[in-house]
Amino acid sequence: MSFYNIYDEIKTQPYEQLFNGVTPQEVEAVLQKSQLDERDLLVLLSPAAENYLEKMAQKAHKLTVQHFGKVISLYAPLYLTDYCVNKCTYCSFSLDNDFPRRKLSAIEIDQEAKALKSMGIQHVILLTGESRKHSSVAYLAESARLVKAHAASIAIEVQPLDTEEYKQLCQSGVDGLTVYQEVYNEDIYKEIHVKGPKRNYRYRLDAPERGCQAGMRTVNIGALLGLDDWRKEVFFTSLHARYLQKKYIETEVAVSFPRIRPNLGGFAPKVNVEDKNLVQAMLAFRLFMPRAGITLSTREEAALRDQLIKLGVTKMSAASSTVVGGYATKQNDNSQFEISDSRSVEEVKMSLKRNGYQPVSKDWDILVEAEEEPVIAAAYTHNGNTRANTGV
Amino acid sequence: MDELQIGGVKLTNRLFAGTGKFADHSVMREAFHQSETEVVTVAVRRVDLEAGQENILEDIPSGIILMPNTSGARNAEEAVRIARLAKAAGMGNWIKIEVIADQKYLLPDNEETLRAVDVLANEGFVVLPYMNPDLMAAKKMADAGAAAIMPLGSPIGSNRGIRMKEMIRILIEEKTVPIVVDAGIGRPSEAAEAMEMGADAVLVNTAIATADDPVGMAKAFNLAVKAGRGAYLSGLGPVSERANASSPLTGFLG
Repeated sequence: MSFYNIYDEIKTQPYEQLFNGVTPQEVEAVLQKSQLDERDLLVLLSPAAENYLEKMAQKAHKLTVQHFGKVISLYAPLYLTDYCVNKCTYCSFSLDNDFPRRKLSAIEIDQEAKALKSMGIQHVILLTGESRKHSSVAYLAESARLVKAHAASIAIEVQPLDTEEYKQLCQSGVDGLTVYQEVYNEDIYKEIHVKGPKRNYRYRLDAPERGCQAGMRTVNIGALLGLDDWRKEVFFTSLHARYLQKKYIETEVAVSFPRIRPNLGGFAPKVNVEDKNLVQAMLAFRLFMPRAGITLSTREEAALRDQLIKLGVTKMSAASSTVVGGYATKQNDNSQFEISDSRSVEEVKMSLKRNGYQPVSKDWDILVEAEEEPVIAAAYTHNGNTRANTGV
Repeated sequence: MDELQIGGVKLTNRLFAGTGKFADHSVMREAFHQSETEVVTVAVRRVDLEAGQENILEDIPSGIILMPNTSGARNAEEAVRIARLAKAAGMGNWIKIEVIADQKYLLPDNEETLRAVDVLANEGFVVLPYMNPDLMAAKKMADAGAAAIMPLGSPIGSNRGIRMKEMIRILIEEKTVPIVVDAGIGRPSEAAEAMEMGADAVLVNTAIATADDPVGMAKAFNLAVKAGRGAYLSGLGPVSERANASSPLTGFLG
């Protein structure tokens, strides 16, 4: 069983008809409910629900504050390398884009991590292009070990890996995995991923699940909005998130709603996803999964981000550079995509505070240490009297 | 004087508070002041000793007992590691064990919690396990050295009140260490209810931190806890489950 089986079953539903057939009465009925099912989610993603955004927002805000408090966690990306073996029509790192590629050395990684720390960032996500040669598991593990000295939490956004490889990275201090499916529509997926291992839809789709199995604490999924009908894509993303949360109860499942940004290849989105669409997607998801994380990147503009934080966001990036070596060395300007919020970490923090939120820079401690003794002796039994009996 | 003793410390206030979910540290500080709380829990994962003024510990007034918690731990090993980090960072020797392997309802894992209690009590921590109210688990935790037991009233952050009332009532009846009702208390009346039932203390975080006026709410909880305790001490006591028969049935026995 994989999410693919679910996707396969529901992919041919007449979505346009289903979305357009939703009535205002149905939306109102869903807004009265406290636990939403698949059909309710579809109702909230419908055009009819567009007239209920304010009501949805009030509810989403309340639920988010109740479960997460008036708190937003901050993180930033650290790009390790932009070598990539895939040809993807929408991405600047695509194989056919001719620019000098880079891969950070150990010293450079250390400098970048230090620079991030001095900026006030302790949750770091390591990013690479997709190249098993240039961003091998060994290289990623070594990078994690280097970054660990300056960070409180490390996530990765790299090519999909096998479960055992994810496990190896967890042992090196990685605790989070981000893998965007980009587009759930399998036909479009094949169209835009022209060449390279990324064409394997199923291997990518199952990557978040492999991450859960490997023991990642947080698994973040998402669809790149603008590649197909956003209502459908958000519907699939949400079901994927629920599938993971139900099956892997230990894992914190989070979702992002990235909209396509201009990039080096000059790709134009197929579908224009307006601000109100983005808001509806986020709100519908929040009401569907009240405890899941919602991550917001600097792809969106500062003014919009300030508004979005009240609608269910739990985590946001700050002062992000999407180029390799963008913090300490600044020798490169081939970014993966253009960022829209260029404020510093301090500015983002100030703005959160102004909006009544506490910015949180540190929300974990990396517990992994190399070659250590077992924390609890193997001989321990579950009987609380063991101590007295053995005289330990 | 009505005192509560935990880990050799005498407490006069029975409202414990939390540091999570506040929008602003200065509001939090004032809320603690108004709540007159003497014990405050803080997630070790959020403590950043290098953060200077932004270090959350800076905003916990001295004189309040710090009770670091192991939020984020998914098993006993992680809880033990987090507890040791807290101690090494100078956060004292109290530890609230939170082992939660369920990210949907945030329910604690009693079995793993018990394992962590055993190890940490042995290391000299004053251990307060957050747990699912189960009598056998509570007994084993107390036997393993827990200084108090913290059963949940309802799932964390649910604000649903004392849904576990019957089980908590049994824990209170059978207690060998203090019972602190933690989680789920959404309103002052529910805190009062827990205290009327004979709980030794309550821990309230979400309901205070996310109120429109956290300071006002902290004050309200303080009063409610005092009222509930007062009622308990004044003999409200356990209410008989059965009605008292009005005419005696065995009077003929003489």
